[in-house]
Amino acid sequence: MQTTESLLTYNFRSAQQTLLFKPYLPFRIYFKMNQENKKDITEITHDKIDYQQLTEDIRSNQAGAAILFLGTVREFTKGQQTTALDYEAYPEMAIAQMKELIKQAREKWPVIHAGIIHRLGHLELGEISVAVAISTPHRGDSFEAGQFLIDQLKIHVPVWKKENWSDGTTEWVHPTGEDTVPTK
Amino acid sequence: MKQTVKLFAQAKDLAGSESIEIQTEEQTTVARFRELLSEQYPSLQAIVPHLLIAIDMNYVSDDFLINPESEIACFPPVSGG
Repeated sequence: MQTTESLLTYNFRSAQQTLLFKPYLPFRIYFKMNQENKKDITEITHDKIDYQQLTEDIRSNQAGAAILFLGTVREFTKGQQTTALDYEAYPEMAIAQMKELIKQAREKWPVIHAGIIHRLGHLELGEISVAVAISTPHRGDSFEAGQFLIDQLKIHVPVWKKENWSDGTTEWVHPTGEDTVPTK
Repeated sequence: MKQTVKLFAQAKDLAGSESIEIQTEEQTTVARFRELLSEQYPSLQAIVPHLLIAIDMNYVSDDFLINPESEIACFPPVSGG
């Protein structure tokens, strides 16, 4: 009786024998798997961001480099003291814009996996508001693509933060200036 | 015709609602939409020039023609991260 393993081996060999250009077969299988296995992770959540899980999700044998960026709630902004931040989003568009940014990153760098997670709601000092994780074959591309994703997120992804200052007042953060206008 | 407009962040607070109705005209461009918004919602007037307008979840320029079926959203420059 044939085992499954030997059956697969046999079929693979006979398939190869029917092809004129044998050397291309393994390459094409590899390429196809490669395309299918590339992950784009995008999420908007009220829960704590599981950045360890995200980091594991973007790691790959094909990537020699994996980096993780975390944005956290900072206490002082130009001398003014923050006690907490409140985040809100236009969730459907935020996800669509995140996917678009990852698509653009893939056009510029050889990205294996990429992930962007943004948290919403009331966040205390030190809590993580955003995580960007990316893997590429070499480290230079990971740093560049990661920087691109977080910089572009801050211009294009419709999420807003409201400062809760230590004097009890609140204030929406709405950047002004040319570099805050999204590309149309 | 009447079109629903989603508002976020400071725009939502100033209008006192996360969704407003606006009377649009035939062939309304985004530039004309800004004028209509100022006229019909004076509470938003001060920030209208700075608002970003998203049509069907895409950023569009002022000469863009708004389809009556489209989803319109208005909000100040984003500040995520």
